[in-house]
Parts: sequence; C-alpha cells; structure tokens
Amino acid sequence: MLALSVHQLSKTYANGLQALNAVDLQVEAGDFFALLGPNGAGKSTLIGIVTSLVRKSGGRVEVFGHDLDREPEAVRANIGVVPQEFNFNLFLPAIEVVLNQAGYFGVPRKEARGRAEMLLRKLDLWDRRETEMRRLSGGMKRRLMIARALVHRPRLVILDEPTAGVDIEIRRTMWGFMREINAEGTTIILTTHYLEEAESLCRNIAIIDHGRIQSRTDIATLLSELDTETFVLNLKGRVCQLPSLGGFVLEHIDESTLEVQISREHTINGLFEALSRNGIEVLSLRNKQNRLEKLFLDRVEAGRGATP
Amino acid sequence: MNINAANKGPLIDANRWRRYQITFTTLFSKEVTRFSRIWIQTILPSAITTTLYFVIFGRLIGDRIGPMEGLAYIDFIVPGLVLMAVITNAYSNVVSSFYSSKFSRYIEELLVSPAPNWVILAGYVAGGVARGLAVGSVVLIVAAFFTRFSIHNLGVTFLILLLTAILFSLGGFINAIYANSFDDISIVPTFVLAPLTYLGGVFYSIELLPQPWQTLSLANPILYMINAFRYGLLGVSDIPLGLAFLIIAIFIAALGYYSLSLLRRGIGIKQ
Repeated sequence: MLALSVHQLSKTYANGLQALNAVDLQVEAGDFFALLGPNGAGKSTLIGIVTSLVRKSGGRVEVFGHDLDREPEAVRANIGVVPQEFNFNLFLPAIEVVLNQAGYFGVPRKEARGRAEMLLRKLDLWDRRETEMRRLSGGMKRRLMIARALVHRPRLVILDEPTAGVDIEIRRTMWGFMREINAEGTTIILTTHYLEEAESLCRNIAIIDHGRIQSRTDIATLLSELDTETFVLNLKGRVCQLPSLGGFVLEHIDESTLEVQISREHTINGLFEALSRNGIEVLSLRNKQNRLEKLFLDRVEAGRGATP
Repeated sequence: MNINAANKGPLIDANRWRRYQITFTTLFSKEVTRFSRIWIQTILPSAITTTLYFVIFGRLIGDRIGPMEGLAYIDFIVPGLVLMAVITNAYSNVVSSFYSSKFSRYIEELLVSPAPNWVILAGYVAGGVARGLAVGSVVLIVAAFFTRFSIHNLGVTFLILLLTAILFSLGGFINAIYANSFDDISIVPTFVLAPLTYLGGVFYSIELLPQPWQTLSLANPILYMINAFRYGLLGVSDIPLGLAFLIIAIFIAALGYYSLSLLRRGIGIKQ
C-alpha cells in the first residue's frame, strides 16, 4: 500500500516562481524515506502541499488512498508534521501545545493527556511540561514538535529537517526515537541537510531539484553506484616518499596523513595489505566525504546539466 | 508500550461530530484561557473606562443635559456603553488572537489538522463572544452602581448582546485574515468601529439630530444594535425592533459566508 502518492504535482507561486513541475512520487507504507534537495529545490513546497499548508496549482495527492481534494479531513488526520521552523505559541506551557494539537485532531482530552505524558517522557520533556515554550532550549523545542506531531497517532510522519541546530547527543536520541516509531509501522518522510542522517536512517530516497524529482531509488542501490571512495588515513609514522600502490591513488595531506582513492573493484583489505608491504602502519581511517553527499552532489549536478 | 501505535491509525473513523465537538471545545477553551490569563489587559480596561463615562457623562454632565426619551441621561447611556464594550472586545479578541497565530505561524497547527473551516471559524467566534459577553456583564455590574435600571425584556437583551458579539467577532476574523502587520489590526477599530459606535446613538437619540444627519445615521448598522439593546434594557428605541434584528442577521450571514470563503481559498493563511 502506498502511504503517499503524488501525481503530476505542480505549484507556481503568485510571483511566478515555479516551485514544483509535474512531480511524481510514491512512498510505500512503512518506509523510512529521505527527500533530499538543495535549498529552494521544492522540498518544502511539496511538504506544504501534502500537509495542506500550501495550495497546489495542479496534480493529485493521495495519502493512504485518500484524495486530498475529495477527502481532505482523512488526508490530514493521517499525517503528522514536524516543520522546519518553530510554529507554536511561545507563551503556552509545553504540555498545552501538545494537548491543543490533540484536541484539533479530535482526540478526547483524557486520552490526549495519557498520550502526551507518554510522548513527553519518551522525549525527555516531562519535567519541563509546565515550562512556557519560549523558555525551552532549541533542542527541546524540536523534540516537542515531534511529540506534537505524534499525539494523534498519524500513520505518515513528515519530518522537515527535524535535527537542524540540534547537538549531536540529542540528534542521536532523536534518531533512535524515529527508528522506533518506524519499526512500529509508521511511515516516515525525512528531509535533511545532514546526509549522514539520511544514509543512517532511510531505506529509500528521492532527490529533488528545480521542482523536479531527479532521482528516486533505494539507498543501497544508490550507494552501489559509487565508482570511487576517498578515505583519509592517519599514520603511525611519517611517510616522506609516497609508494606506488597498484589500483590505489595516494596523496599527501601532510607527512603523517594520507588521502587514498579506492575504486569499486578494490577493497580496503587490499589497501591495508599493500600499505603493510610498504611498511606503512595505519592508526585510523575515515571517509573524506559522506558517501551519500558525493552521490547527491553528482545527481544534482547531472540534473542541472540536463535541465534546459 | 507503542509510541505511535500507528497500526491503529488516527481517529478519523471516530464519530465525525464528536471530533468536531472536541476541536471546537479545544479552540474555545484555548481562547477563553487566553483572555482570562491576561484579564488586566482584556477585562479591566473596559470596566475602568465605563466607570469614567458614568462619572463624567452620567453624574457630572448628565444632570445638566436633562432627560433623554423620558429617561435620566445616565440611564439612557447604559445600553450604549454596554454594547460599545461588547463590540470592542468581541472584535479585538478575535482580531488579535487570530492575527497572533498567523504572525507566529501556530495557525499551522490548525491548518494541518482535519478541523473543517466552519469549526475553526466557530471556535474563534465563540472566543470573541465569550469575551464580549464577559466584559458586557462587567460593564452592566459597574452600571448597577451608578443607575437603577431594570431589564425590560431579558430575551431581547440577551439576544442582541449575543448577535452583536457574533457579528463583531466575525468582523475581527476578517480583519485578521487580511492583516499583514500589527498596525493593520488597529486601523479598523480606531478609524471605523470607534466613530461608528460613537455616532450610533450611544450618547444621544438620533431624534436630536438635524437633517440630513438623522437620515444618514440610519446607514450606520451599529445604531440598530444600540437601539434594539436599549429597547431590551429600557423599553425605548428610535428604530423598529424587527428591522434591527433583520439587519443584524443579514450582516452576520454576509460576514459568516465571506469568512468561510476566505478560509476556503486560504487567503492570508496559505500560499
């Protein structure tokens, strides 16, 4: 079953800007889906239309088989959205924000209180439930928006850069939380600028640019398209003269740090063997660039080349 | 314990009218809580202003003005002052609350929900009516300290208060939809509502006006409300009661329809 089906969706703003141009996109129920694109690519417009915050110029949107034009209430009831920017009454206590949202979705107050408590405890916000929103930190506000989006038990959750500006520890906690609700069956669509986040969490991915879907595939297939990967090696000793290693391209960063390009037909094991043969010991290695980041940039570049 | 229990799905299958009722109650109680929390800004000013009106126009100047339509001047101005408070407060409650939700973008909480437009409108209007009636009651209590009025027709009195509050709540809603800044929400109350209210017979009977002002005054809808309310409270009016109700009903229907049409088209709230 499809959680989201978008057909020939287009949007032209009043100022003439065409933000979406005949977009087709399907997301399977239960998926953890990444929607990536540079700033101004059309991600927020697409999310805005699906969540009823932006009016579409043309096309069709269906959520779990409910048509946005014919059954808007059913569509909205099935969606929970965590927007990119804070959008709550700063003078309300945190719990009121969650309870009001539950009320707007028709959840009875008593039931809403139970759900709000469970979500706020899970997101480590229960002790701050009576604190006014304006007094919460950025990370707390982000987590509260997640609680608010889930209080009516949506089947599709759309997270628009949910971890922007959040420190690493909280980001990891939020990732765990998202994995947990996805494992329970909730479909998640995530937009993010942290490609490591998309690679770590998502199974499928669409890249959007200039209002068009440039690529729609699964993460594993996408990553398998990488021809080369670049690693940075921290060495135990110093290497003044670079050895010639067949199949591996080595470059100096400094005397104890090397950069190595490995093509798809070679392995890291092979690299280590070759380095050992030349008496070079490696303390640690890391990817120079996130793998998805490289592919993302390639796709966007390719799409721009093809766009008239 | 499941966090989201997504397999159960949302409550869309629950009784639709029950869902609407919960949404309406949430919005209404949010509005009442909002103006109650800041009662010093929302309830108290009208009580103080009205006390000053009664002291200055009723006690100090009123005795020199003499009776109006057979009533002591201080008694004559009670209905107009009450209705003026109701009009101002119903309007300001909705315009400031809805515009703030637009400005801080928490209107999106409602727009992403399955709440239909008419429930959203009803929730905000009910909030405006609640504040209008709360302040109207406070002003009536203040009036009781200065005058000895008895309610001539309770049904008419209450109905006019209620319909007037509904009408001006709708007006505030439309103003908020079009407003792009906090300045925009004070223009109508200052330059339209206040003059119309003062010229709507709060402090005088239109029979005192020379022509063409007497006829021109009939184009002011607030005149009908004040006179109908004066009839309910004191039993005197410059205007036939039925005509007053008809005009109020027409305005409510027109503004209600227009508000819903603005919401449906997303004017001012959706791109």
